[in-house]
Amino acid sequence: MRKKLLLCSLCIPAAAAVLPLIFLIAGSVTGNVEIREYLSPIIFGGDGYAVWHFPLYPTLRNFVELLLDSPEFFQMFWNTQKITVGILAGQILFGIPAAWGLACYEFSGKKMIYRIYIVLMMMPFQVTMLSEYLQLKGLSLLDTHWAVILPGMFATFTPFLIYRFFCDIPKALFEAARMDGAGEIRIFFTIGLPIGSSGIIAALLLEFLTCQSMLEEPLTFIETKSRFPLSLYLPQIDLTQAGFAVCASFVAALPAVMLFLMGQDYLEQGIVAAGVKS
Amino acid sequence: MNNMKKKYTGYFFILPAFTGVMIFYILPFLDVIRRSFVSVYGGGFVGVGNYTAVLTNGAFLKAAGNTARFTLLGIPFLMAVSLLLALGLVGLGGKKRQAAALLKSTFLVPMALPAASVVLFFRLFFHGKGFLNAVLSWFGFSGTDWMSGKSALFVLIFCYIWKNAGYTTVLWMAGFAGVPESVYEAARVDGAGAWNTFWHITIPMIRPVIFLIAMISLLNSFQIYREVWLLAGNYPAEPIYLVQHVFHNWFLSLSMDKIAAGAVLLCILVAIIIGLLQRIWER
Repeated sequence: MRKKLLLCSLCIPAAAAVLPLIFLIAGSVTGNVEIREYLSPIIFGGDGYAVWHFPLYPTLRNFVELLLDSPEFFQMFWNTQKITVGILAGQILFGIPAAWGLACYEFSGKKMIYRIYIVLMMMPFQVTMLSEYLQLKGLSLLDTHWAVILPGMFATFTPFLIYRFFCDIPKALFEAARMDGAGEIRIFFTIGLPIGSSGIIAALLLEFLTCQSMLEEPLTFIETKSRFPLSLYLPQIDLTQAGFAVCASFVAALPAVMLFLMGQDYLEQGIVAAGVKS
Repeated sequence: MNNMKKKYTGYFFILPAFTGVMIFYILPFLDVIRRSFVSVYGGGFVGVGNYTAVLTNGAFLKAAGNTARFTLLGIPFLMAVSLLLALGLVGLGGKKRQAAALLKSTFLVPMALPAASVVLFFRLFFHGKGFLNAVLSWFGFSGTDWMSGKSALFVLIFCYIWKNAGYTTVLWMAGFAGVPESVYEAARVDGAGAWNTFWHITIPMIRPVIFLIAMISLLNSFQIYREVWLLAGNYPAEPIYLVQHVFHNWFLSLSMDKIAAGAVLLCILVAIIIGLLQRIWER
């Protein structure tokens, strides 16, 4: 009985957690006319309050409009994906080896590099904003996607997380491999990557979610509208197109939601590793 | 010979990434430190002039106060809410394990949703004629426009907790899981009640976790700027005008000298906070 009560009371915050997502899903199949009627006090300033319920006449109209009539949306959608892929590729290429080097080798300056990584990870964007801006300006990369991708490739949170996972691999494994004559690079590829794979996936998943909602960086470094990611485009959609706005918001969230559903267990591991392990 | 080789292998793995870190973060930051001491016009040395300009700037002080208020209210609130959620999930335990796992995943949904998508819902929810006031009106209350005036700070804290509660709950639960069962058994044998066990055994044992939770909550608290900017733009209601807004508006007005000094100050402040937390944590 007590457990049932507990379960019920936990369902309230759970409902609050998913309510916006349910709103996005339901709203995206509600016709523009219907949704405007619900929201008319907000949009047109009439009397009473806005209401919201599941659509009486579900329709895919909004999706059709999104697909056929709004090349802008797709431009921005691809901009977001391009930035995400670029940053993830960079993290795979540079971040994973860096984590491996920090976790498995002793060399002078290692402690200092490790400290720098942690401190940089904690710094809010506003601390590094001007530094990044000046450097990007010097390299004439401002107002290109590279302005967001390149610093993102070297952001230190992801390598730090992967480092945590690599540290857990027993060092005896490497010694055994070395005895068998395996080179260091081979050890990285045949022992490190496979054993650390769940940690790598966890870290990359978190990075993916971060990239999907990136805002400050493009806001500061990108000026041309056609290069904006979705996060700068969505707030510009006027509420008179409420149906379209909800649908666009939903489709914008889709990649993140899908990956979240597929990779939940990894995600949890990633969260735990950042804070608790060792 | 072998050791030499191993040493260089370490550099081989770390150097490509560290070169990037140097190019995009460290070296330009050194330049920012230099700039914080020179005038933006003509580039003459002005000593601590930029720093005094920042520290006597009314907007900056106001924003710093707001940010401090948000952080000092938000972090304890978030930690308390997520602690309750974690205790609830642990309490479900055994028989209801599947339900607990499902609930935990549900709590994590907000961290996956991009801010720009969610913000549309919040805008409609907290609007003067929005959903929240509609619900309140059923009970005979008449609400205000929550995004203007003092209540805006609470909207912000709500959004912060909404987004991060799941994340922090998972951290708490991992902390609890790290306490060996045998410790609890010993307490039970000694006749300690549930409350006593929690207060005198669990909490001290997971102290390092608590400080890490505080640190990660701080890290995440900076990111609330996304939601504020998306909800209210460059010039929001006064109580939620944050330090991040000041930086952004300095940037738009090309006050690079102020940004430089501000960045150095913020960097020092964050470093001090990390240092303090680490010190308490390692004690």
